[in-house]
Amino acid sequence: MQEALKPKAARTLDVEDLTVRYGSSVAVDGVTLAIEPGEVVALLGPSGCGKSTLLRVIAGFVRQAEGHVRVDGATIDHLPANQRNIGIVFQNYALFPHMTVAENVAYGLRARGARGPDVAAKVNRFLETVQLGGFRERLPRQLSGGQQQRVALARALAVEPSILLLDEPFAALDRNLRLDMQIEVKRLQRTLGLTTILVTHDQDEAMSVADRIAVMNKGKVEQFDTPVAIYDRPQTLFVNGFIGTTNLMTGKIVSVESGAASVALDAGATLRLPSQGLSAGTAVLLSVRPEQLVLSTIPGLAHWKIEPGLSLPLGSQLVHEARTADGVALKIVEPRLAAPAPAGRLYCGLSADARPSLFPHHA
Amino acid sequence: MTLKPAEWQLALPLGLAFASLFLAPFLLLFGVSFFNDDQITQPGFGQWIKFFGDPFHYKVIADTLLLGVKTVAATVIVGYPLALVFIDLGPRLQRVLIFIIVMPLLLSVVVRTFAWIVVLGREGVINTLLLHLGVISEPLRLLQTELGLVISMTQIEMPLMLLPLISVMSRIEPNLRDASAALGASRWRTLFTVIVPLSMPGLIAGCLLVFASSTTAFISQSIIGGVRLIYLPLLIWQQSLVVFNWPFAAVTSLALLVSVLSVIAALSYLGRRAGGAIHG
Repeated sequence: MQEALKPKAARTLDVEDLTVRYGSSVAVDGVTLAIEPGEVVALLGPSGCGKSTLLRVIAGFVRQAEGHVRVDGATIDHLPANQRNIGIVFQNYALFPHMTVAENVAYGLRARGARGPDVAAKVNRFLETVQLGGFRERLPRQLSGGQQQRVALARALAVEPSILLLDEPFAALDRNLRLDMQIEVKRLQRTLGLTTILVTHDQDEAMSVADRIAVMNKGKVEQFDTPVAIYDRPQTLFVNGFIGTTNLMTGKIVSVESGAASVALDAGATLRLPSQGLSAGTAVLLSVRPEQLVLSTIPGLAHWKIEPGLSLPLGSQLVHEARTADGVALKIVEPRLAAPAPAGRLYCGLSADARPSLFPHHA
Repeated sequence: MTLKPAEWQLALPLGLAFASLFLAPFLLLFGVSFFNDDQITQPGFGQWIKFFGDPFHYKVIADTLLLGVKTVAATVIVGYPLALVFIDLGPRLQRVLIFIIVMPLLLSVVVRTFAWIVVLGREGVINTLLLHLGVISEPLRLLQTELGLVISMTQIEMPLMLLPLISVMSRIEPNLRDASAALGASRWRTLFTVIVPLSMPGLIAGCLLVFASSTTAFISQSIIGGVRLIYLPLLIWQQSLVVFNWPFAAVTSLALLVSVLSVIAALSYLGRRAGGAIHG
């Protein structure tokens, strides 16, 4: 199949100051994204954050109030959806139920005026690519969810779109199939070098499929960065809470010396951390991932006292619950095999490689 | 599947009503048609021979079926675009429109028929307007013409077309239209390759209802169409309640039943095939 699907010159996609209003409510609020050729970008956020609306604007189904969408630098704002040459795969696949698999895949080619043996050859090639060569004459309802998904993908790719949009394409699949499809989509996308936008509310999916993630909340992009950067260095409290599990503890910066802040936690410890631009006297929230906390038997300046709770084995990990002196529930994760008995470990501190985040705390 | 006693007993009241109020009279009607005289004393095939021996009756059957076809065509031409508009409206406007659509069903058939006389008459709304605008110099003849009848029946039968059509159309996955557009199809292409095929079961159900209702709409046919346009229902009425020739009326009734049913059977066969391709 690799020889059949030659990568096209990948396109850049630029979204500039895009705003969409529905009546008085703002669905997308001044979003700017510069997407590199061949890149996979995930729009990640809770439902109602504007990610699907943004996708629909790019596809041409919704008109923006302000801003521009550019492909390779040229604006496509004035083009109706059927002239944008942007492929889209919907969550429910949106296959034409009265057409066979082959007719579905041929639909876009025929709409572009293609006729005859070329169409059939191309349909076959794309069906082979998604491993559905033997399903040409089936109707969509005779296929499983994963097969329908692959037909939808073949249909979108057959017209050789300049950009590929995926609107929660894996949400309806069960867990194992989802992983297979994610790998397959990623492989196809790589082969074709297709600039791709994936809308999802599933952070694991965004982490595994995307080169960069735009975390959205209330119509705005909170952070646009690589998955690792988003996980390790969340820029806002929302991103911090939305991605992964985290522990939040209150405290106050008592002093700042050459970029290092002394943070007095209300749980009863003083930590030295990068000040991240915050000044002395600021009330802060300290965010730290469960795997960046350690349990200890030794009290100390950087350790705070805890009241241990349940310990639960979770696959290869052990999850401990604990409560601080000021009543905050903590989650601490450590590798199960290396873990000593929890008895006597009444203190908690940061692990050596911990990279906690500080956010100003507006009480 | 075998029914437990409690299950078929539930169907008993309706079954009895159906047997006594429909099946028995129907068998009676069938029996009465085999009498030669209007006193129902001499058995024979005389009425059947009389009915089918006269070319006039074939013309009446053809006119009746044609009236149904014309009304169906008019309701499709007006109703289909309306249904397309309906599914794009917001919920509030949809409620308003559905009320307007259902309105003819809420009015007495006599009232809405007389309303059409006011609209179509020599000095009716249409003629007065056209005369004042100078479009015509003398009143159009609309009452007691087939054109006037089809116009009024189109309005009267419209809910029977629109309700099934809208119900099927609003179940069409909205993403299909977007998917079609994203694949490069124009609005017209989307309409004819996606929307029309998928709305076919509703369209055929609507056609069925309108056809059955308009071919048997005795009141509209006789009041707006008048006595010069003769359709089977009028013929039945004349024979049974004016001439009192019940055996002949029975033959005419059976002719109406069979001709309308055969068209409906053909339509619903098409409907099942269209539906089979979509819903399995």
